[in-house]
Amino acid sequence: MVSVSLVTFHSSLVTAFVTPTTLRSKDLLGIEPLSSEEISLILDTAESMRSIGDREVKKVPALRGRMIVNLFFEASTRTRFSFETAQKWLSADSLNFAAKGSSVEKGESLLDTARNLQAMSPDLIVIRHGTPGVPHFLARHLKAGVVNAGDGAHEHPTQALLDALTIRRHFGRLAGLRVAIVGDIAHSRVVRSNIWLLTKMNASVIVCGPPTLLPPRMTEMGVAATTDFDEALTGADVVMMLRVQLERQETSRFPSSREYFKRYGLTTARLARARPEAVVMHPGPMNRGVEIASDVADSPRSLILEQVSNGVAIRMAVLYLLLTGKTWEGEA
Amino acid sequence: MTSSLLVRGGKLIDPVAGREAVVDLLLRDGRVAEVGPKLSAEKAEVFDAAGLLVFPGFIDLHAHLREPGREYAETIASGLAAAAAGGFTAVCAMPNTDPVNDSRAICEYIVTKARGVAGTHLYPIGAISKGQRGEEMAEFGEMRIAGAVAVSDDGRWLSNGTLLRHAFEHAGLFRMPLIQHAEDPTLSGGAPMHEGGVSTRLGLSGQPAIAEAAAVARDLLVAEVSGGRLHVAHLSTGRALEVVRQARAKGIAVTCEVTPHHLLLTDEEVSRSGFSTNTKMNPPLRERSDLDALIAGLADGSIDAVATDHAPHHEDEKSVDFNSAPFGIVGLETAAALVYDGLVAPGKLTLSRFAKVFSAGPAKAFGLPGGTLSVGSPADITLFDPKRRWKVASASFLSLSRNTPFEGRELTGAPAATIVGGRVIWRRPDE
Repeated sequence: MVSVSLVTFHSSLVTAFVTPTTLRSKDLLGIEPLSSEEISLILDTAESMRSIGDREVKKVPALRGRMIVNLFFEASTRTRFSFETAQKWLSADSLNFAAKGSSVEKGESLLDTARNLQAMSPDLIVIRHGTPGVPHFLARHLKAGVVNAGDGAHEHPTQALLDALTIRRHFGRLAGLRVAIVGDIAHSRVVRSNIWLLTKMNASVIVCGPPTLLPPRMTEMGVAATTDFDEALTGADVVMMLRVQLERQETSRFPSSREYFKRYGLTTARLARARPEAVVMHPGPMNRGVEIASDVADSPRSLILEQVSNGVAIRMAVLYLLLTGKTWEGEA
Repeated sequence: MTSSLLVRGGKLIDPVAGREAVVDLLLRDGRVAEVGPKLSAEKAEVFDAAGLLVFPGFIDLHAHLREPGREYAETIASGLAAAAAGGFTAVCAMPNTDPVNDSRAICEYIVTKARGVAGTHLYPIGAISKGQRGEEMAEFGEMRIAGAVAVSDDGRWLSNGTLLRHAFEHAGLFRMPLIQHAEDPTLSGGAPMHEGGVSTRLGLSGQPAIAEAAAVARDLLVAEVSGGRLHVAHLSTGRALEVVRQARAKGIAVTCEVTPHHLLLTDEEVSRSGFSTNTKMNPPLRERSDLDALIAGLADGSIDAVATDHAPHHEDEKSVDFNSAPFGIVGLETAAALVYDGLVAPGKLTLSRFAKVFSAGPAKAFGLPGGTLSVGSPADITLFDPKRRWKVASASFLSLSRNTPFEGRELTGAPAATIVGGRVIWRRPDE
């Protein structure tokens, strides 16, 4: 394949001071395997692709004739819509496969799933699955590229990238910022991808949650960890609140939403502990009154809707870079 | 019968007899007839063991041979063939077959099948409770008559304390040890890997080490009050080993085993392999400090045996997501070589301890024949080539299953031949 030789060619020329023009892998399985240069490449590409959404005709022919399969084993609204929008704007053909409730949901061997997909010769698979590692399994068995759209509590790389784009657009940088991530750390794939990304880009991260939702040895990931919300907020430039699903906890982890909100809910009064110019983010969907008060969510300091817009740009950038192996020069 | 075999020129490692020297062994009528330098026996067939290590036959206390019920994953014949190729002269078969081995009839079925193979000895382990349901005791005495050597509910930790107490007491009548898979499910949550830095990083739920240690502690307290003999299956944590040591110091009758994978692989393997389901087993792969404690325990005698926990699964069963995949890996054909290469060669385990944990230790734990090669002992022998370099290739396994996390690993040292009852039942094909 041409793109393979291009990758090899470029990686041999890249120096530490030059942003690479392609990604090294055919897959985006997580942020952990990415270099900071690759992260910058994706963010820069997304930045220049944002304008596609401002056009009257929201379509460029960049991925015409490419087939993408969206394979969602877990329910998703905004992530799936965001990927689909990105695919439409770039003129890719896409198939949606909501595996929830289908024959592959349970029982069918993943290897069979992979072989069946391969038989349709897709160029790229976007997959969400409830178990960590399923995208990695598919990537090993498929010629097509694989984009992880969330694997259990492991990674959700495009979410972290869109969060980073949002932060970078607001502050003009990532390095040196202090980011507090608060909520159900144990079950969150968003937090893990954000930790990899922010630490690679030299931001500092503190994670915070009740002890029952803070897994052991988080600090081995290069972050600070605390159960004290006020400590986490102090000096924060960015406060990222995570969705808490108390009703879905498998064992007794927290007694009630009321008790949670009092201790870990973000209110205007509480936000005063953060830096005066601090912003608030949330990957959605929000539980208003559980982890975040409505007046904070809807305040000018909230970047929550901007995150959603940036999500499409990030997904366009990822799809484009993986499928073409080329730098985005801007297309009419 | 006067069939005899002269095993000539190998280095005998027999710690029970206090021998570690190049000697010949004359085997006659299934027994060791003579041991000494430069034996002559004109009518005997000669096995040239020059350059090989000669061990009392290796005994595996913990294997799953899947028959009856899951013959697509393993049969008694294929499992015993795999055992022979791994240097094992005897294997104890866990009762989690389908139907469960909880009766004399099923024990007899298994023993009859094994007799037809006429290779590695098979000793059945009977279930503690009928159907492994943890409710009613099975007939230990009847199963003993059919050849059962121990009782266990295998993967299901017997949590009912009173039933456990009675089972210890009842098993004592027949001099059978009771084996527990030590895992308190209310602490482990049935999680697919070890709880630690890696599970946190990977977003998988983890079993804390104390799920094992707490279960071992409870079992030992019940063993103490009932005078029972506890054998702890596949010990995997340093914390549980400490508990075993304390109990032994108090005089409680306890033995324990460790698997090669718990000695050689850490939970990082789950990450390094990209979530390979061949890194999923129960107990899960632990961390460096546990490995160090287990290796020390194996070397100092706190751990009695290396056992494989050979758990064949068909590739289809393992080709699913990490959470859904069944626990377990195959081990019979790699165990001895892995421990030799990983611990003996680098000097962490002496040859004498190696011989003990594969033979005399397991023999003593379950009261089995073997464990030494003095005159009159069963002529069950493992011949081992300490210099052979090879690469683990599951495609060449005699087991019907291929689920190993050691695929492609380069090893030095391999079984060369296996002798049972004075007869060579397996020989490395290209030698």
